[in-house]
Amino acid sequence: MAPLLEVQGLSLAFGGVQALDNVSLDVEEGSITAVIGPNGAGKTSLFNTISGFYRPQTGRILLEGTDITHRPPPKRAALGLARTFQNIALFRGMTVLDNIKLGQHVHMKTGLLAAGLYLGWAQREEIALREEIEHDVIDFLEIDHIRNAPVAALPYGLQKRVELARALAMKPRLLLLDEPVAGMNREETEDMARFILDVREERGITVLLVEHDMDVVMDISDHVAVLNFGREIGAGSPAAVRDMPAVIEAYLGHADAEADMPGASGAS
Amino acid sequence: MDFFLEVSLVGLAIGGVYALVAVGYVLVYRTTHVINFAHGNMMMFGAYFYFTFAELLGLHWTISIVLTVIAAAGLGAGIERVALRPLLGRPAISIVMVTVGIASILHGAAQLIWTAGDFFLPPIFPDLPIVIDEMYIPANTGYGFLVALGAIGGFLLLFRFTRSGVAMRATASDQIAATTMGINVPAMFSLTWVYASITAALAGVVVGSITTLNPSMGLIGLSVLAVVILGGMDSVIGAVAAGLIVGWIEALTGFYIGGAFKDVVPFVVLLAILIVRPHGLFGTPEIERL
Amino acid sequence: MLIGNFKERYEADEAIFRTTRSRVWLGIAVALIVAFPFVGNSYHLYMAGLIGINIIAATGINILTGYTGLISLGHAAFMGVGAYTVAWLSNNVGLPFYICLPLGGLVAAAVGVVVGIPSLRIKGLYLAIATLAAQFILGFVFNEWEPVTGGGRGTSLAAAEIGGIVLDTEFELYWLIVVVMVLALLFARNLFRTRVGRAFIAVRDRDISAEVMGINLLRTKLTAFALSSFYAGLAGGLMAYFFKVVSPEQYTFSVSIFMLAAVVVGGMGTILGGILGAIFMTLIPEILGEITQIFGAGAVAMLSSAREVVFGLLIVGFLVFEPRGLAQIWKRIKRVYEIWPFRT
Repeated sequence: MAPLLEVQGLSLAFGGVQALDNVSLDVEEGSITAVIGPNGAGKTSLFNTISGFYRPQTGRILLEGTDITHRPPPKRAALGLARTFQNIALFRGMTVLDNIKLGQHVHMKTGLLAAGLYLGWAQREEIALREEIEHDVIDFLEIDHIRNAPVAALPYGLQKRVELARALAMKPRLLLLDEPVAGMNREETEDMARFILDVREERGITVLLVEHDMDVVMDISDHVAVLNFGREIGAGSPAAVRDMPAVIEAYLGHADAEADMPGASGAS
Repeated sequence: MDFFLEVSLVGLAIGGVYALVAVGYVLVYRTTHVINFAHGNMMMFGAYFYFTFAELLGLHWTISIVLTVIAAAGLGAGIERVALRPLLGRPAISIVMVTVGIASILHGAAQLIWTAGDFFLPPIFPDLPIVIDEMYIPANTGYGFLVALGAIGGFLLLFRFTRSGVAMRATASDQIAATTMGINVPAMFSLTWVYASITAALAGVVVGSITTLNPSMGLIGLSVLAVVILGGMDSVIGAVAAGLIVGWIEALTGFYIGGAFKDVVPFVVLLAILIVRPHGLFGTPEIERL
Repeated sequence: MLIGNFKERYEADEAIFRTTRSRVWLGIAVALIVAFPFVGNSYHLYMAGLIGINIIAATGINILTGYTGLISLGHAAFMGVGAYTVAWLSNNVGLPFYICLPLGGLVAAAVGVVVGIPSLRIKGLYLAIATLAAQFILGFVFNEWEPVTGGGRGTSLAAAEIGGIVLDTEFELYWLIVVVMVLALLFARNLFRTRVGRAFIAVRDRDISAEVMGINLLRTKLTAFALSSFYAGLAGGLMAYFFKVVSPEQYTFSVSIFMLAAVVVGGMGTILGGILGAIFMTLIPEILGEITQIFGAGAVAMLSSAREVVFGLLIVGFLVFEPRGLAQIWKRIKRVYEIWPFRT
């Protein structure tokens, strides 16, 4: 079976800076795949290209065999691509509930006229939406106590969780998480790691994540790809990647250093 | 054909004055990222300052100009301090609306202070038309053009070579880095508004000399804003070029099609350009960081 | 003191008026609106009519500026498009008002979409300039296209008429305006508890996330433009029937500023904000008028100038001190009342 996401020979340059250089990556259906690498390695550029904000100069991106390289971001959402952002990008003027409701935007049909009149069909759709996210997202991520709170007032860790909730409400096939545990304390990190595993186990959603916290990466991912200076320098199981000389060098500077990288949690 | 050249020349001369107004918009936008809708009315206020000193108080024109510059500086600093400083860090939309509010205050205040009637500014320039190759340029327009050019040049030099000019440019390119380098960013904002207000006042005196003085003079500022957008909000060269272009187009439309069309042409051109080149003719498109 | 607000069904929790108390308030408001024309004199009704029209217009600009985050400096021009359309249709085609009014809104919406097209390429502030350009271009058209607009003198039209009843007194027009206003407000309120309205707010708050959620930015912005202009056109059409004359100076740049001020003062991004702002801003000139009369005839001549200064001061003052407007002040008062006798 073909991988859920295929990235083939992606290159992206900003002026003279080569952000991505012939990067290829396969994400198997049902897997948790991690992309790691030092700062400036091109991880976020890769994410932004996959979600459609940057146009690659060469290469292709296939989602379930469909070439999405030239589709605008909203079209990718409809095909089952969801993501979170490194610096939380919630809708700050709305409540938690409304933020999550927005996740289902592409799956709803109500148009302008029906929305304004709030008659039959529109109302049923809104109520069905409410029931669905209450059960599938709010209960699931244990955020029922804050559903009516304005997101701007929430602590950082909860905002991250709401962003995950919003992405889940999109009912994605593939979920991109950009540094899901960055800046969290240990307890919040453990909660988030558990939620990511649950997302895969209970929902069967495939996850692709960028993360600096090596403990989390090693614990939850099935497959790890390592980027440095826009190039892929290694890929494989967490255990295999951990021992690759090129990877150790990228992180520690020279190959003969002690390979204690996995312990360096929160390396940045 | 002779008419075409003569009309063009007059148009370009007025365009030079527009360019001076335009530079004021660019100054403020570059440093503070604010589109200042009150700029036209600040210009109108500058003209009234000069009118007050030179006509009402009967001072010599040189003293009047100096006092006008000082008063304009005070106005600029006051607006920045009272209305804009408290909004640092707020969404751009709020800040723009504050300038719209200030424009409204200035317009109403001018009517209350100086009434809505038309006045003539006491003449500054010699009353001899400039003749180039048998083409007449009215004295005020011609000399006004020269003054505008001089003022623009002066501010460019100020921007490029003085300490505060360099600090302002640093603030424009990166506020946080500027702060860490020890630049007092709020003071730079204040200085920017002072400079912008002075350019506006000088332009106001020139425009008031060419035409008449009344509280609606600020409306010119809005068509010049169209000019600035054409040039790209952050480009001084663009502002100057666009100022000349709009002066020229206005003069031609006024002459060949009719006076009423003159005022609307900049906006039609603007809307067309916005659709084709959203960042103006010379502006830099912003690269967005996610 | 309000202890809690428990619901057993999501329908109940998604309703507009969720608490008994808010339903009581609604009842009181309806009673006041219905009783008002029977106790007020014609001046009161005239002011009420004006307020109603301004509420519709302010809600329109609120949809664009408050909810979608796109500044409009040309709202009055779209009102003008609605007014002239209604006048022309009524005079030249002889259509009844209940057809003219929506058509006026639709024509304004169509013009709004044209002005909004640059939003495909330009962001935020530049778009404000596009609306400014629209204001001046349309103002020019109102003045110069004499065969249709009557030029600078404007054009007049016959009173609205339905089933043999001629709506030509303040009393009758009051009902027309109230009905249209209530429908317009309900539509807007419903919109913002459903998918379409949420997309507007999403575009305002974080356009990048909105795109990732599958929201088409251009389409959303154009829809906001169209709807906002439709409200403007509707308000303009009502103004045409209200004054029975349409002329360029009713729809100038300063009227656009008035509308912007109304939503800033009332509170951007809330329906209540548009209502409160429109009431407040319509009454301010009247109060100013009363005050200037004390100072004699000379002061009265300065009224329009003083009004501009006050509008400007209100915009600046509210943005500096209470950016969420009267609606927020109201909310704060309500909160004190709800948790009484405890304090926050």
